[in-house]
Amino acid sequence: MSKQDNVFKSLVNSFGLPRLLIAGFLLLLFCIAPIGHISITQSISDVLMRFGQNAVLVLAMVPMIHSGCGLNFGLPLGIIAGLLGGTLAIELNVVGAASFFVAIIFSVLFAIVFGYVYGILLNRIKGSEMMIATYVGYAAVAFMCMMWLLLPYKHPQMVWGYAGRGLRTTISTEGFYYHVLSDFLSFKIFGITIPTGSILFFAFLALCIWAFLHTKSGTAMTAVGSNPVFARACGINVNKIRTLSVIMSTALGAIGILVYQQSFGFIQLYMGPFYMALPAVSAILIGGASVNKASIANVVIGTLLFQGIVTMTPSVMNSIIHTDMSEVIRIVVSNGMILYALTRKSEATL
Amino acid sequence: MSFKTKMNNFFKGVKDKCVSLFKSSKTKVLKKPTLNGTKELLIKNIVPIMFIVIGIIGVYFSKFSAATIVNEMLTRLARNSFLVISLLIPIMAGMGLNFGMTLGAMAGQIGLILITDWGIVGIPGIILAAIISTPISILLGWWCGMILNKAKGREMVTSYIIGFFVNGVYQLVVLFMMGVIIPIKSEILLPRGHGVRNMVNLQGIRKSLDNLIPLRIGTVNIPVAAFILIALLCFFIIWFRKTKLGQDMRAVSSDMEVARASGINVEKTRVLSIIISTVLAGYGMIVYLQNMGTLNTYNSHMQIGMFSAAALLVGGASVAKANIRNVFLGVILFHLMFYVAPYAGKNLIGEAQLGEYFRVFVSYGVITIALVIYEVSKRRENRIEATLLRESTEGEKNA
Repeated sequence: MSKQDNVFKSLVNSFGLPRLLIAGFLLLLFCIAPIGHISITQSISDVLMRFGQNAVLVLAMVPMIHSGCGLNFGLPLGIIAGLLGGTLAIELNVVGAASFFVAIIFSVLFAIVFGYVYGILLNRIKGSEMMIATYVGYAAVAFMCMMWLLLPYKHPQMVWGYAGRGLRTTISTEGFYYHVLSDFLSFKIFGITIPTGSILFFAFLALCIWAFLHTKSGTAMTAVGSNPVFARACGINVNKIRTLSVIMSTALGAIGILVYQQSFGFIQLYMGPFYMALPAVSAILIGGASVNKASIANVVIGTLLFQGIVTMTPSVMNSIIHTDMSEVIRIVVSNGMILYALTRKSEATL
Repeated sequence: MSFKTKMNNFFKGVKDKCVSLFKSSKTKVLKKPTLNGTKELLIKNIVPIMFIVIGIIGVYFSKFSAATIVNEMLTRLARNSFLVISLLIPIMAGMGLNFGMTLGAMAGQIGLILITDWGIVGIPGIILAAIISTPISILLGWWCGMILNKAKGREMVTSYIIGFFVNGVYQLVVLFMMGVIIPIKSEILLPRGHGVRNMVNLQGIRKSLDNLIPLRIGTVNIPVAAFILIALLCFFIIWFRKTKLGQDMRAVSSDMEVARASGINVEKTRVLSIIISTVLAGYGMIVYLQNMGTLNTYNSHMQIGMFSAAALLVGGASVAKANIRNVFLGVILFHLMFYVAPYAGKNLIGEAQLGEYFRVFVSYGVITIALVIYEVSKRRENRIEATLLRESTEGEKNA
């Protein structure tokens, strides 16, 4: 009896109570899904598809958390770099899979510039990165709203038909990089569709980040994040490492939105990137990360759990109690998770 | 000047035996930051100055008559000042901008939904809505304060997320419980039997406060009663600063540990500041919505925190220091820009949409700039304080 208690306690401690609750809730949803005549295999396919869609955006949180810059609420900045890259690739009329690579190259270039400036800004305001990052992201989105209207894009698939200028709110990626990763080597097993390309691409990026964190600069980044004073004493240039991490996060955010678009099928401009940071932030927190600690495993678990809940609640709720409470549940779970993380005692980052 | 008061606060906190030593070196060191006075003044007031410039350009291109603008500004001043003032008390307690004021806004909206359903109109309706909102605000404010006590040092981002979180709970209450657990009978209920409509027409109380004491000068309408209410609130804030609780809040704001050592219950003081702010925000939302005349059930409250914070910062307030002057200056300057931007955009480039995006950009941009300026200057002052401390300890050794 007491032994069982201990096992349970250690499980709670290692996995965290909120995470356990969310995992249990997801399991419950899967268990009651058949009652509402919802196909389990279809649901799993959906979750996997959404995992491929969102995982890179969640991965974009890792470098900044590692260097002690906190949760990257400024993710919209990276997303904007990705939007610029994507629209440029279409404007240059690069078709097919090549457009994806052109888009990545452009957006990473933009992300490096944005990330550098953003990193310098964050170095001057150490300690309140999260609040300011939120507003930097919002301000950037609102600024780009004006730019989307004014920039001299010409491609007929992107601009408003009647005016001949100003980009549309949503742009189809059909004919360009639509499903370029999702359909790559994808196959069906037991009725479950595996988006191999998306998963492989994520695995490749995750491996890069994992490998980087084990290089000299990567170790320095972890040191800066866990104890900046100690890191400085060791002769690490704290500001330089932090800027590097911000650039990496921004670039990953840019690539992340391109991966999202190729699977989703549309580029969403204007206010589209506005609320994209919160789901990514809560996903990594659900995966077990804290404000200053995150690993690749957190990204994988978090994205699966979060996207699982986002996919399963609407369909299960609708079919069983005939009311769509999924939006409420999503808001409460994701923001509750962020609140939980913010109120944890963590080593102060100065 | 603010530097001087800040320094004084700092000195107040340090142990008595150091004080005399500090004071001897104070005059010498204080000269450093005020070396180039005008530049310092410019940097400190960059946000209001920027807005005056934007406002002048906007007014010029919008081609509005002076009477139209004065009329609109008076309306907006009466509509928004109450909400902005509710931000002052948490700043006094050193908790930064209380983005959790949306909690109060939601409580106020619940009060308004209920009185609309019961069909109570006019001033009694407004008072009843305020009475209903009070316990909800107190409860939410208490909970918010407790959470913020667990997240010291990052109150702003936490209160911001709390706003989102409670929005989920609010939707649960208004969309699923109203009509089922909370009886709603009038036509504001959705036909399916639960949930309130997206738009609630507040016909019964529309402008009933604004028009309580009608006054019209030329073509300009002045909502006297609303201004009287705001004036009363201002007197309350001024009086509150001088009470024991107000003094405690300022002590907590300048140094939490020193305040604790001098016997102040820091946690309780902080929670109280959030409760007062939430309750005031609830009343503010009722004043705001009686002027608007329609309640956008699921959206009205979401932007309120951002607009109020931006207005306060535009008035020259910082995250740590704000007064009533900042509120009025800020509301006028911010809403002047907000009002004229779409028209100016239309006349200037032929696209009103551009002006609308511009004002959103400016609202967020201004909060960003104000936060960055505050953080940078705080870090610089910390450095100066450190130098002071070092010099004083050296002086001690020499003595």
